[in-house]
Amino acid sequence: MATTVPPETGALGRVYPVLWSWLTTVDHKRIGILYGTTAFVFFLVGGIEALLIRLQLAVPDGKVVAPDTFNALFTMHALTMIFLVVMPLAAAFFNYVVPLLIGARDVAFPRLNALSYWIFLAGALLLNASWVAGTPADVGWFAYAPLTERPYANTHSADFYVLGLQVLGVASLAAAFNFMVTIVNLRAPGMSLLRMPIFVWTTLITSFLIIFAFPVFTIAVTLLLFDRFFGTSFYVVARGADPVLWQHLFWIFGHPEVYILILPPMGIVSEVLPTFARKPLFGYPFVVFASAAIAFLGYGVWAHHMFAVGLGPVANSVFAATTMLIAVPTGVKVFNWIGTLIGGSIRMATALYFAVGFISMFIIGGLSGVMHAVPPVDWQQTDTYFVVAHIHYVLFAGAVLGLFAGIYYWFPKFSGRLLDERLGKLHFWLTFVGLNVTFFPMHFLGVEGMPRRIYTYPAGMGWELWNLVATIGAFVIALSVLVFLANAFTSLRYGQRASADPWDGRTLEWATSSPPPPYNFARMPHIEARDVLWHWKRERARRARETKAGEHTRIAGGAVDELDLATLRGERIHLPRPSIFPFIVALGIVLAATGFITSYVISAIGVAYLLAGLYGWAFEPAG
Amino acid sequence: MAVRIRSPLRWVPLALLLAATAVLSGCLGMGEGPQTTIVPFSDHAQRIQDLYVLVFWMAAGVFVVVEAALVYATLRYRRRPDDVLPPQVHGNTRLEVAWTIAPAVVLFVIAIPTIQAIFAAATPPGSDGLEIVVTGHQWWWELEYPDAQVVTANEVHIPVGRPISFTLKSADVIHSFWVPRLGGKMDVVPGHTNHLYLTAYQAGTYLGQCVEFCGLQHANMKLRLIAHTPEEFDAWVQSQQAPPSQAAGKAQEGAQVFARSACVGCHTVAGTPAQGKIGPNLTHVGSRTSLAGAVLDNTPENLARWLRDPQEVKPGNQMPNLHLSDVDIEALVAYLESLK
Repeated sequence: MATTVPPETGALGRVYPVLWSWLTTVDHKRIGILYGTTAFVFFLVGGIEALLIRLQLAVPDGKVVAPDTFNALFTMHALTMIFLVVMPLAAAFFNYVVPLLIGARDVAFPRLNALSYWIFLAGALLLNASWVAGTPADVGWFAYAPLTERPYANTHSADFYVLGLQVLGVASLAAAFNFMVTIVNLRAPGMSLLRMPIFVWTTLITSFLIIFAFPVFTIAVTLLLFDRFFGTSFYVVARGADPVLWQHLFWIFGHPEVYILILPPMGIVSEVLPTFARKPLFGYPFVVFASAAIAFLGYGVWAHHMFAVGLGPVANSVFAATTMLIAVPTGVKVFNWIGTLIGGSIRMATALYFAVGFISMFIIGGLSGVMHAVPPVDWQQTDTYFVVAHIHYVLFAGAVLGLFAGIYYWFPKFSGRLLDERLGKLHFWLTFVGLNVTFFPMHFLGVEGMPRRIYTYPAGMGWELWNLVATIGAFVIALSVLVFLANAFTSLRYGQRASADPWDGRTLEWATSSPPPPYNFARMPHIEARDVLWHWKRERARRARETKAGEHTRIAGGAVDELDLATLRGERIHLPRPSIFPFIVALGIVLAATGFITSYVISAIGVAYLLAGLYGWAFEPAG
Repeated sequence: MAVRIRSPLRWVPLALLLAATAVLSGCLGMGEGPQTTIVPFSDHAQRIQDLYVLVFWMAAGVFVVVEAALVYATLRYRRRPDDVLPPQVHGNTRLEVAWTIAPAVVLFVIAIPTIQAIFAAATPPGSDGLEIVVTGHQWWWELEYPDAQVVTANEVHIPVGRPISFTLKSADVIHSFWVPRLGGKMDVVPGHTNHLYLTAYQAGTYLGQCVEFCGLQHANMKLRLIAHTPEEFDAWVQSQQAPPSQAAGKAQEGAQVFARSACVGCHTVAGTPAQGKIGPNLTHVGSRTSLAGAVLDNTPENLARWLRDPQEVKPGNQMPNLHLSDVDIEALVAYLESLK
């Protein structure tokens, strides 16, 4: 088998070979790039939604948007940032980096991987098509029944919510199974579980979380879909249903979802800190077990979103206790990160700035989280801006800063060029200042009793100053994003060329060229240690010193002999063949879903596409 | 040891100082607003405040210590020109066990009073309690005093010093009942009956609003809670039990407009044929301080504005534009304001 298999191109492939190659790609690195760029586009969309929200609330009695538009904006902002930005950005790193980190040539199921991406894109477009249709989802991302039921939600807005999230859930589940199998089965020889890089661990744990959390949401949404389209009464109070059922199902998914969002950035930070501190992660096993403990305990805390529902003192006490318990492994991680920095030799690169920024801000989100783990305190804080502050310290100041650390860290690997460090630091400081000016005052607003999700407020409530400050901060964040875009675009073209190993890396991705060849590694590496690349480089330096052989003394900045590309010549490498069928199957799924809000004829066409795609897929030679 | 700070990190201490000043000045401004959560005026609110103060200072202490350690570690161990490989420390089990146990101990200290407060808040008052049934509607509050047989809307009158037992119900979707100065919120869930108990300390008017997203006009579903001395409260109950005063003059015309237009289909005025149950009971609407879900102050101008086009004031609310003439509106305002 040759290293690059020309796909069987149809007419489209001959006319638009580049487009065809992306539509049919099964290369984990290209799929990673697709995830990353798509997520970034939605980051801009969600950001514009946030700016409109902040403009409306900048002053009392704001008249920037109508009430229904405002309700759609906060709903779509949340759905976009959670499902179309943070999750797929993490997926971009899973895709690009995890096979490299474990010394594999691709994921376990490359075509399934392509299918995950195309379904994700289809779901994202379906959800956002609700804007075009004039009925954007406006029921809150939590979509509490019975507000999502007729007669309270008579337009297609709730239908878009149901169908869009149903489609997106399929993508997440397929990807999670894929990465779980990849990590369990495709690790290079010698990479025992406790030699895996932490980011691989958090990917594995996140995959477990998705696999156990998303089916609950799928069921909850399916029941709602049945209620809305087929007249069942799972959440219809008038026919005897209990709407609190939805809340339980939603948060049994929704709380693990928080860890699905935050664990991958925690993994990234755990990779960035040791590299730039030139020191192994402090207490690696503690960090691994803390991550697993967070995930496990994450299933036992869902009702802390429901302390004001009236579940009774026993339930409230139990969920308060489990929620407090989850602060313990979270604290362990923070202390271990600081322990990694202490005694190190810290290179102050932009990636390190973002990683340290992540820790410093995540502490704030964690501590306010402990505050509303106390149910009586939560009775004052829940559904106020205090919680808005909390979630943004966890998900923006936490997850997004962590993901930016990953972007600055791995950008040279996937582009072959370094991001500009001066623009990078400017980006960091603007983000850091902007987020604190935006989100810290929201604590004050919450303490002064400003509810969430209100499109207007009168003067005289003591909320004017801090709302205005928060709006100014939001525009500082917007400016920081523009700086990043400028940096990314100029660096892609004119940036300094990156060597294979620009940071003196510890892990396998730095042992192959930047960007890596389609097959990643010419030879299967053998893993003798954690931080294996450091191990190899230091072993070689030691041998070189002992033999005084000068020609092998270059430590950093080059591919390692054992995996050198030069040894590849003439070798045959097995790579999966490109396939158009994942795209066709995804198209079928989204058409089938769209049929619910247009015409069941479209659903039938979608099912036909789906079956044809699966049929072609099943009989296509895999590679 | 001397820490040599190079640009631009030399700005970090200054920035921290500025941020601390901003946070401190923000904190000092707290507690002024009409819906502040940290100035308690009831036993329920006081119980929460005591816990909040405990948790706040513990969090503040942890914050200072951990952030200081992080900033110190980052600045102190920056790479020097004479970079040498630092000692490759892999961990320290004793230290790690210690910092696993330490937060657990801190949290245990918080958990004990937390659970006590949860159970204290769930204890219903004895026989001296006053029951008030609160029903959430999109987007207004219906209030019923079962013992006194009084029905009103959007303004809760209570006596100070007497335990109040709020019985919370919903007519449609989920709402949440909240008067921050008197304590925490409780959701209002269709199909459920929730309870909230509190005893107000001090007479006065307290603002509150719905805090569970309940649809288009969630932002404009407010309420006012007026705490009276016991004597004032008894007087208020008697005034509400009395039939509305006989309309005369302009108000008499308004009563006729009211009776012949769609008003009667949705609203009740006790002692008249108007017995609608969809909108707020208007028997004593003239005695209220606010209109339209406690969004507008109750003035003749505001009432006229509301009657002219309710959809302009509160888009999406259930009261349609009745296209009343100016003459009718003037008469209706006189009538409704006379319903003291």
